[in-house]
Amino acid sequence: MIEIVSESKCIQCNLCVSVCPTNVFDKVEGDIPVIARQSDCQTCFMCELYCPVDALYVSPNSEGSDLVEEELLEENGLLGSYREKIGWGPGRTPITRHPLMLEGRN
Amino acid sequence: MIMSESMQSSVGISLTADVLIIGGGPAGTWAALSAANEGVKVVLADKGYCGSSGATAPSGTGVWYIQPDAEARLEAKMSRYELGGQLAENAWMNRVLDKAYERMHHLAELGYPFPLDGSGKSVVRGLQGPEYMKLMRKLVLKAGVKILDHSPALELLADEHGVGGARGVRTQTGENWEVRAGAVVIATGGCAFLSKALGCNVLTGDGYLLAAEAGAEMSGMEFSNAYAISPSFASITKTAYYRYASFYYEDGSIVEGAGSQRGRSVIARNLLQGRQVFARLDQAPEEIRPRLRVGQTNFFLPFDRLGIDPFRDMFPVTLRLEGTVRGTGGIHIVNEDCGTAVPGLYAAGDAATRELICGGFTGGGSHNAAWAMSSGSFSGKGAASYAKSLGTRSSERALKGLSTSQLTRQETSTGGKTGDIVEAVKAEVHPYDRNLFRTEQGLVSSLERLDQLWKEVRATPITLDNRAYKFREAAAMTATARWMYRSARFRTETRGMHKRVDYPSLDGSQRHRLISGGLDEVSVRTEEVSKEVVLA
Ligand SMILES: Cc1cc2nc3c(=O)[nH]c(=O)nc-3n(C[C@H](O)[C@H](O)[C@H](O)COP(=O)(O)OP(=O)(O)OC[C@H]3O[C@@H](n4cnc5c(N)ncnc54)[C@H](O)[C@@H]3O)c2cc1C
Ligand code: SF4
Ligand code: SF4
Repeated sequence: MIEIVSESKCIQCNLCVSVCPTNVFDKVEGDIPVIARQSDCQTCFMCELYCPVDALYVSPNSEGSDLVEEELLEENGLLGSYREKIGWGPGRTPITRHPLMLEGRN
Repeated sequence: MIMSESMQSSVGISLTADVLIIGGGPAGTWAALSAANEGVKVVLADKGYCGSSGATAPSGTGVWYIQPDAEARLEAKMSRYELGGQLAENAWMNRVLDKAYERMHHLAELGYPFPLDGSGKSVVRGLQGPEYMKLMRKLVLKAGVKILDHSPALELLADEHGVGGARGVRTQTGENWEVRAGAVVIATGGCAFLSKALGCNVLTGDGYLLAAEAGAEMSGMEFSNAYAISPSFASITKTAYYRYASFYYEDGSIVEGAGSQRGRSVIARNLLQGRQVFARLDQAPEEIRPRLRVGQTNFFLPFDRLGIDPFRDMFPVTLRLEGTVRGTGGIHIVNEDCGTAVPGLYAAGDAATRELICGGFTGGGSHNAAWAMSSGSFSGKGAASYAKSLGTRSSERALKGLSTSQLTRQETSTGGKTGDIVEAVKAEVHPYDRNLFRTEQGLVSSLERLDQLWKEVRATPITLDNRAYKFREAAAMTATARWMYRSARFRTETRGMHKRVDYPSLDGSQRHRLISGGLDEVSVRTEEVSKEVVLA
């Protein structure tokens, strides 16, 4: 489930509020969005992919809320790690173009 | 006149269009593009966000993309023909193979970043969800389609001539919306009963309920018990790589007979007995592992985040219900435009039956994606020409809402009931010993409770606020479960994914479709399958 909106990174673009299919976030005037309905989160990771500054963290645990620390995630390179993997973001190539895509059954 | 605050906020949006598409996954977006291509005005409303919502966006799909070569096509058609219990139809398979092939090449032309060969030419491959659906949204907007995001449809509008629009709420503002349209395409996806399968919690069978309220029927609802393997702690129901898995008990001994295709029942039986099953992808040859990581990044996401190496470490698995998302039942289609029996109403993607191309076997892995793009295309075009044929009359129609539960602006206590109804439906459809292993006794007792639940749903008025759709989801799941289990009871044999413990073999005399319908009274009838057999 969605666990973190990083206060230090978020630029208040509210893209996550728009793209979340289950409307988990609420926009806050002049502030970062809040996770208003965490239990509606379907652990689909889409908000993370759309966040332009890697300010979100979705824990893979779909069954309940986890205690996670932003600092630790940062240290382990997990913030924005999915976005990097699929090759979204400036200067990256979509993984769909990866040469290994040409081999075997994917 | 002094309006109360809630009245003011509920005034909302009122639009007219030629075609209204409900649902913006692959089926809905292809329908929107195809309708717009006919030069008509199109509105698309999605419960979530067109581009990230639905089963494809976070998952990605292999596609039934087959070169137009007679031998390859025949092999493709035969691949699920027997598994599906001979319920697919040759002519439909041909149309879908042709259209999907064409659409995949359109995607390459329109900018989907397929890998490039040595000469810089796009090579068509399976589609990664986020990339595919981001592109589809862009194309839909470019085609001039008006998108309403976070706008679940709550009811269809109709008069004696047929369907003429829909109405819903906007979940982020609490406003109501209404779109009057000459034709409506239902592309709301399947029903996975809030099982947290990847991307599926927006898929609660809403479109089935909307269609049934207008008088349309369902087909193949007995093929609604697809269960996907997933790590027990995660939502990633990506099953392809389990073909490389061995399955173990906690002590490391092998679970005999367990497997990703035919051996799912063995996994289910163990889980039913309270024995946890573990998987490890130890059969994947070392040299293909980098390619697997590139092929499905989302599969590895939970493992990477938890420090698990799925090729070396055992991890606990479960089977999550994907219902009709990877099952094949859905709205009954009566013509090549994917029209329903109700004038002005069309169905596409998982909202429609997929028996026509894969019978009672799963549509996952390839067929569903091909069906979404082709049925979307057929329905969008069909809806546009129907709307054109109506001319200008459509704006003068006296339309009324079709919801079975009363929708009201008054305060009600509905909100408090939603959770209980959802839990009650889940308790009938999630358990493997009810839905995967079906028996007369189990189906009858479930149906008794579900019928009772429907009466309760029906009698509950719904306040038109931004949570109203939650109760309609509960209603849709209740109705869906009743068509499923009525059809499952009717089919006293085992065919495709429909397994009757008390009738374990295929019965040649039941090679027909089961058409179900009705809301207060549910009925099931048989319909002949096209006699044109696919010949090897
Ligand atoms: C994990 C996973 C992997 C899969 N892999 C494959 C594969 O490899 N190959 C394959 O062929 N198929 C695969 N499938 C199936 C495939 O994803 C679906 O068949 C496909 O997404 C269907 O497209 P659709 O447009 O009909 O529905 P969806 O993509 O599910 O979209 C439905 C849309 O309707 C919206 N909606 C729902 N209710 C309402 C309402 N009341 N009002 C307005 N909008 C509404 C939803 O928000 C959603 O955006 C997979 C499915 C899953 C879950
Ligand atoms: S998408 Fe990222 S930056 Fe934008 S509001 Fe959300 S968390 Fe903040
Ligand atoms: S993971 Fe999906 S459902 Fe959860 S908050 Fe992010 S976008 Fe919304």
